[in-house]
Amino acid sequence: MLLIPCPWCGDRDETEFHYGGQAGVPYPERPAELTDEQWGEYLFVRDNPKGEFAERWSHSAGCRRWFNLVRNTATHEIVR
Amino acid sequence: MSEHPDRLWRNPEPRAGYDVVIVGGGGHGLATAYYLAANHGIRNVAVLEKGWLAGGNMARNTTIIRSNYLWDESAAIYEHALKLWEGLSAELDYDILFSQRGVLNLAHTLQDVREGSRRVNANRLNGVDAEWLDPDEVRKFCPIVNTSPDVRYPVLGATLQPRAGIAKHDHVAWAFARRADELGVDLIQGCEVTGFRKHGNKVIGVETNLGPIMAGRVGLAAAGHSSVLASLAGVRLPVQSHPLQALVSELLEPVHPCVVMSNHVHVYVSQAHKGELVMGAGIDPYNSYAQRGSVHVIEQQMAAALELFPIFARAHVLRTWGGIVDVTPDASPVIGPTPVDNLFVNCGWGTGGFKATPASGWTYAHTLATGKAHPLNEPFALERFTSGALIDEHGAAAVAH
Amino acid sequence: MRLPEGGRIDRTKPLRFTVDGIEHTGCAGDTLASAMIANGLLTVAPSTYLGRPRGIFAAGVDEPNALVQLDDPMQLATTVELVDGLAATTLRGKGRLTDEPDAARYDKRNAHCDVLVVGGGPAGVAAALAAGRTGARTILADEQRELGGSLLTENRLLDWLADAVEELDALPETRVLTGTTAFGYYDQNFVACASKTRLWHVRAKHVVLATGAHERPLVFVDNDLPGIMLASAVRQYVNRYAALPGENIVVATTNDGAYGTAFDLAGRVSTIVDSRSEPPAELVNRARELGIEVLAGSTVRQALGTQRIGGVRVGDREIACDVLAVSGGWNPAVHLFSQSQGKTRYDERKAAFVPDKSVQAQHIVGAANAVYDLTGCLDEGFSAGIEAAKMTGFDGEKPAAPYTAREVITDPHPVWFVDGPEGRQFVDLQRDVTVADVRRATGAGMRSVEHVKRYTTIGTAHDQGKTSGFAAIGVIAQLLGAESPQGTTTYRPPYTPVSFALLAGRDRGELHDPVRKTPMHDWHVRNGAVFENVGQWKRPWYYPQPGEDMKAAVLRECRAARTDVAVMDASTLGKIDIQGPDAGEFLNRVYTNAFAKLKVGHCRYGLLCKADGMVFDDGVVMRVAEDRFLATTTTGNAAAVLDWFEEWAQTEWPDLEVWFTSVTEQWATIAVVGPQARVVLAIVAPDVDCSQDAFDFMTFKDAFLADGTPARIARVSFSGELAFEINVDGRAGARVWDAVMATGLPTPYGTETMHVLRAEKGYVIVGQDTDGTVTPQDLGMEWIVSPRKDFVGKRSYQRPDATRPDRKQLVGLLPTDPDELLPEGAQLIAPDTPLTPPVPMLGHVTSSYHSAALERTFALALVKGGRQLIGRTVLAPLRDRTIAATITEPIFYDPEGARRDG
Repeated sequence: MLLIPCPWCGDRDETEFHYGGQAGVPYPERPAELTDEQWGEYLFVRDNPKGEFAERWSHSAGCRRWFNLVRNTATHEIVR
Repeated sequence: MSEHPDRLWRNPEPRAGYDVVIVGGGGHGLATAYYLAANHGIRNVAVLEKGWLAGGNMARNTTIIRSNYLWDESAAIYEHALKLWEGLSAELDYDILFSQRGVLNLAHTLQDVREGSRRVNANRLNGVDAEWLDPDEVRKFCPIVNTSPDVRYPVLGATLQPRAGIAKHDHVAWAFARRADELGVDLIQGCEVTGFRKHGNKVIGVETNLGPIMAGRVGLAAAGHSSVLASLAGVRLPVQSHPLQALVSELLEPVHPCVVMSNHVHVYVSQAHKGELVMGAGIDPYNSYAQRGSVHVIEQQMAAALELFPIFARAHVLRTWGGIVDVTPDASPVIGPTPVDNLFVNCGWGTGGFKATPASGWTYAHTLATGKAHPLNEPFALERFTSGALIDEHGAAAVAH
Repeated sequence: MRLPEGGRIDRTKPLRFTVDGIEHTGCAGDTLASAMIANGLLTVAPSTYLGRPRGIFAAGVDEPNALVQLDDPMQLATTVELVDGLAATTLRGKGRLTDEPDAARYDKRNAHCDVLVVGGGPAGVAAALAAGRTGARTILADEQRELGGSLLTENRLLDWLADAVEELDALPETRVLTGTTAFGYYDQNFVACASKTRLWHVRAKHVVLATGAHERPLVFVDNDLPGIMLASAVRQYVNRYAALPGENIVVATTNDGAYGTAFDLAGRVSTIVDSRSEPPAELVNRARELGIEVLAGSTVRQALGTQRIGGVRVGDREIACDVLAVSGGWNPAVHLFSQSQGKTRYDERKAAFVPDKSVQAQHIVGAANAVYDLTGCLDEGFSAGIEAAKMTGFDGEKPAAPYTAREVITDPHPVWFVDGPEGRQFVDLQRDVTVADVRRATGAGMRSVEHVKRYTTIGTAHDQGKTSGFAAIGVIAQLLGAESPQGTTTYRPPYTPVSFALLAGRDRGELHDPVRKTPMHDWHVRNGAVFENVGQWKRPWYYPQPGEDMKAAVLRECRAARTDVAVMDASTLGKIDIQGPDAGEFLNRVYTNAFAKLKVGHCRYGLLCKADGMVFDDGVVMRVAEDRFLATTTTGNAAAVLDWFEEWAQTEWPDLEVWFTSVTEQWATIAVVGPQARVVLAIVAPDVDCSQDAFDFMTFKDAFLADGTPARIARVSFSGELAFEINVDGRAGARVWDAVMATGLPTPYGTETMHVLRAEKGYVIVGQDTDGTVTPQDLGMEWIVSPRKDFVGKRSYQRPDATRPDRKQLVGLLPTDPDELLPEGAQLIAPDTPLTPPVPMLGHVTSSYHSAALERTFALALVKGGRQLIGRTVLAPLRDRTIAATITEPIFYDPEGARRDG
């Protein structure tokens, strides 16, 4: 049961949140210009590091805001 | 009184190089090594294991074996696995305690019924044994399931695969390991791969904590750690690693005759040979390599279990644990070449790897031996994420198993 | 036997109990085990696999032998509190589940605190006192019925303890949870604690672990005989429960700890066998003063006896005894510490794995930190309590110690096993594993303790290795010639077993997943609806009249909708209020079709796809104002669609000014369907002109109903018939439904009829006719995919797999026999396909019904290259028969759309 710092509501239990995976993967600006490889990579490939990971969470049972944090996937420590 | 043989494996020092180096000494890696030697005569093989053999997901899964997958490609490879399971104790000369006690997949909504029916019909035409049971038949097959119409999500029926069942995971791993070792494969424990030696775009060996080891071909079989290893070779995989938890109860007199799974109520449970109830939970949502998850996932699991099995109320959880499952976008595995020459990958089995062990090893050995996919693993190449030809088994894998 | 004096039992309150059907009497304050010992019952059920006689071995959660069945399938006699009428059956390793219902109610409680202290021994009580006095919110949890831990075993500082207990109870911000085991230590100081019927979720700013230590057994020949017990257990039974297990006791030890047992039982102890060649002189002298012989540098090689120990062999000597009290050293109870990811290291001098480094905000103190003298335990406890309080923002003085005598603990000399038959030297009593088994495992090639555990099953029993784990590690080290033990297996929750029912709590039965009901639910119940679970909702499936089966009811409901008027409760459809100046632009980006230019007052059907281009949801969107839309979703997907909108708006397009609110339950919706729909509307909403000229299809009007209820009436149709949807405030839903029914005209219909009507028109149900692998084009809905604008997922339709001609496409099916109903889920094959697996399949039936309007059966299916196969025959091979059908366009009724105007 992680304790997740919502920037709007403070520390809350993990059960109030929805996980959103890797942060910082924007929707391509001009998808039509991408190759199939590039589009497939956008759709299906995300980083999966062992260690610090910038990821997205949504406080879905609270303020419903999305935010990013950095968590260590090996230790579950929330770094920032 | 031991169920195990007196001799399992040598503990050799690594040699300077091998024809094939398999990274990961879990069930799939060990099976691959065995079939490389047994089917293809390639015996100059090393399996490099960071920790202890079969100490990852092989040691942590709930040992369910079935092949009643929806899509043709999945049914083909899992059914190949099931046929191999049926002869495995004899082939490996080691009782893997394969018990074909039948697996029920319960339906709780009208849409569950449609999907179950669709899968049963597809399974039959694919040569996979499958039956549809109505609630009365469910009760007869597994009397402890609560089939009362008054529960929150009544059992509306179930699919049954009679040939499905469970086996003893350690026995399976050690049986493959022992035979691979006998055939000359070096099983090297405590050997962590820290990098790859490359010549241009070609892998020629691996760096390890025990020094460099050269290799003709390198096959990754590292489940939850696949992304980490592949990234050392500059390859990104469409895989995310998540915790998956499971638990056992104390030893109990026989009470549960089969395996029951429910996607809707999120339960899968069997009673192991010694008598403990073995149960898996849902996947924890976040990425993790920590081999542990959150307790509320276990609590939800218990609530779901008691909905279906009121008789379990007084049983106790003796031990919980977590594995790292490597999940792909379509809940199907990746077996095949990578963009780096001589580097192959076998990963993405998510929650379903144990049941595939022999077929995974069989097809991966073929791929490593020939450089080409076996017809059974051809559809499971990385290219599908570019073409869009996914094999979407989310229905079959909606709960972890 | 029961000693005449002493102990913390209440001799004035006798309690009757039975073991294996034989009646005995104990006292209030007893555990089942202490009461058994007081009654001379030391032997329990034989061992699981070898059937060897076994006895009570320990006094707490580390007991390996004394398993009993109560109502629960498996409990430890050593941890069961004795109550009057208790009936226990000793167990040979396996428990039995019974159907007996459990009347207990299990609940859960969340608690937040500044300082959580785990363990109520001297160190834990000291820590809780120190923290609690600062005003910090402090919780002290201990598994035992009363606080005190080793003080109760050793009969020390009982007055201080009594005062401390009183003070802790009085501290306003301090809560003492006795009988509550902290069993799981999770991330960010989340500690799960179990009492008998309550599960505590404690989130602590700081944790003090004072979890004590477990005494280790000794491994020698026949070390499993009844009468061989942990030295601290013997001492606890005597001092705490006045229960004497034997009259002629030998103590065998590797360390100082067991001397206390010998001293407390002086007069009944003949000999101390100490593995150390030079035990502390102070202890040896004291023993001699008490008439106890000390054999230094000696070990017990064998226990003598068959059913119960009768003596021990030490070197060449045989010494008679009826109890052998053993101490193989102490293991700090680092279970929770390790669960919290704290690291341990092997301490050669203490011959144990001791805490090295904490990872979370935490202290570990006392015996859990391998500090075994009382002065040290108290000092560590007080210090940790104060430091923990300070770290959480409180301040205070470190309390004065009630006891400051200097006690020197001399290093132990561990003995892993002895020369002699290894098949009779037990490492794991409950799993019947011996040194010989461990030697077999290492001989087979195993080096890792994890492998040996799995090969031998050491440490996998009910006690999870609390006594056997370290013994095994020592044996392995010695067999492999290692200098010192190589590490433990991983400690996993729970520390002690936790019942399924407790973990489930109240999330059972009706509360397992809350039922959602519409405002009109009671009417549906009163009128005989059969319900279907859709998501969390209960929806009327059909309304059988007396004597009607489902088929008859549905045909009747369908007929009413097609020829007269029928109504459905559509309130469960998800509804999302979308507001902001960029609302139209937002919808343009997420729906496949365009919404920015939709006129106010108009409705449009929209399709949502995921980025991979696969159909995700659909529904009608109304434009309420320039900057406001109301989108409907499928019943099951309402939350997912809202999440989807939020995700895109917040994470991709934060520049768009658009906001979303779920209003599903704020609206009740009644669909009035059929050629006579206007007649109903004329009565219910007389002020609304529903004529064809005044009320266009796919428009809506805000109006007042006859009784003054404000309503939003939309002309939309999911049946192809003339239809209106009356949307009102959810609180008015039941009243308006009653008003509609009071017209006496409409037939109520449920989801099954809704499905038939839409299928006759070829309208898909997302999730039934699609499965996450279906594009809009596959559904023949190219018309809804805008060629002009971009939207989420559009690029995916250019991928090679999306343009394959043999993709599965939505088609209709008409069975050759018009009475034959294709089962939903039937697979389809081409005629003349050999039925030898694997049989090539063309697709499957997604929806299939009897149609009142067509007076025959029909179906929808997804078929490979299906649109090229229209007019062809396909077969559905079933278990008992094969059904032939013709592929058709996926529309069966009123293809011109003439009926929607009534």
